[in-house]
Amino acid sequence: MSVKRKGNSTVTIFPDWCKGCGICAAFCPAKVMELNDQGKAVVIREDECINCGFCELHCPDFAIMVRPKVDDEIPAVCRAVLEKAARKTDRPAASGGAAEKAGSGKKKE
Amino acid sequence: MVDMKGTQLIHEYLRHNKKFPHVFCAGCGHGIVLGSLIRSIHGLGLSKDEVCVVAGIGCSGRLAAYVDFNTVHTTHGRALTFATGIKMAKPGMHVIVVMGDGDSMAIGGNHLIHAARRNIGVTALILNNNIYGMTGGQCSPTTPSGSFSMTTPMGQMEQSFDCVELCSAAKANYVARGTVFHVKKLDKMIMDGISNPGFGVVEILTPCHTQYGRKNKYKTPVDMYKTLKKDVIDIDRYNKLSEADKAKKVPSGVFVQKDEPGLEEKFYEMAANCQGGL
Repeated sequence: MSVKRKGNSTVTIFPDWCKGCGICAAFCPAKVMELNDQGKAVVIREDECINCGFCELHCPDFAIMVRPKVDDEIPAVCRAVLEKAARKTDRPAASGGAAEKAGSGKKKE
Repeated sequence: MVDMKGTQLIHEYLRHNKKFPHVFCAGCGHGIVLGSLIRSIHGLGLSKDEVCVVAGIGCSGRLAAYVDFNTVHTTHGRALTFATGIKMAKPGMHVIVVMGDGDSMAIGGNHLIHAARRNIGVTALILNNNIYGMTGGQCSPTTPSGSFSMTTPMGQMEQSFDCVELCSAAKANYVARGTVFHVKKLDKMIMDGISNPGFGVVEILTPCHTQYGRKNKYKTPVDMYKTLKKDVIDIDRYNKLSEADKAKKVPSGVFVQKDEPGLEEKFYEMAANCQGGL
């Protein structure tokens, strides 16, 4: 049984994948997350995280990643998702995620 | 990949060439089931090629498209029949069928009871959200009586199916009920269901806020999860309750667990005994 200590983990949210259902913010025992004005989850009190894993297990969109602070290496697939999100946030905010997705069209495999 | 856990692990198993985030509504429990399924398969140590995920039509039918296993997207209600064929042809494959409540108990109800009777070695995950979510919120066989849907605006008058009792009566080998709120228990149930030899059924209660919750006084998806947390209790605790209290609660846990050999095992044994074998 690992000891649940505060401040030993980093919480990453993939903003592109979050749909803002609010499950993480409602049930987090340490109230680490909150919904911002756009309805997406944001990390506001990362130091309070006790690494219980609730948000990771219950996020329906796989948008939350909780890792130990010492572990700096993000796997390649997750890094790609984060980089894509970072590129999108550079563009004008007015377009929004939904409008951009509608423009890009559905990719066929 | 061995030491990965949580979201990192799930991302390894997803098909990243598909469009993400997935199509499910915000707060839909289907995504949690997908994560649970991936963790269970990883936990059992199965390779991607050993697993075949068969899905029917409905919201749950989209689930198979996102995971990097062998996947089949089949016609409405016939997911179990396709799965039966796959399992008989390749008995070494772990066949997992993902169905909704309408898919499994309405149009495919016949196939569900006969798959349970045959005890074919597939695992059926029945994602029960009490409504036909994809087609606009019509009432399904599991819509509780008294609740509202698009086709029952004055309240459902019919009784609802109890999937667990139906499958237990049809003699399935493994019958369990879990919810998307109790994820760790759900992981264990899916793992047990996959490793059990015969027909395994795991009924998963998952909330549909868009079609069911809005019409039934749940203001947000979170309210539906709170209801799951409050109302669904373990089978041991449920049995100790009085009759009046039992009506308000839903039991979860493992209801039936048997070790009978599946149909495909019996079939290949019979074939080996016959002249020439297969």
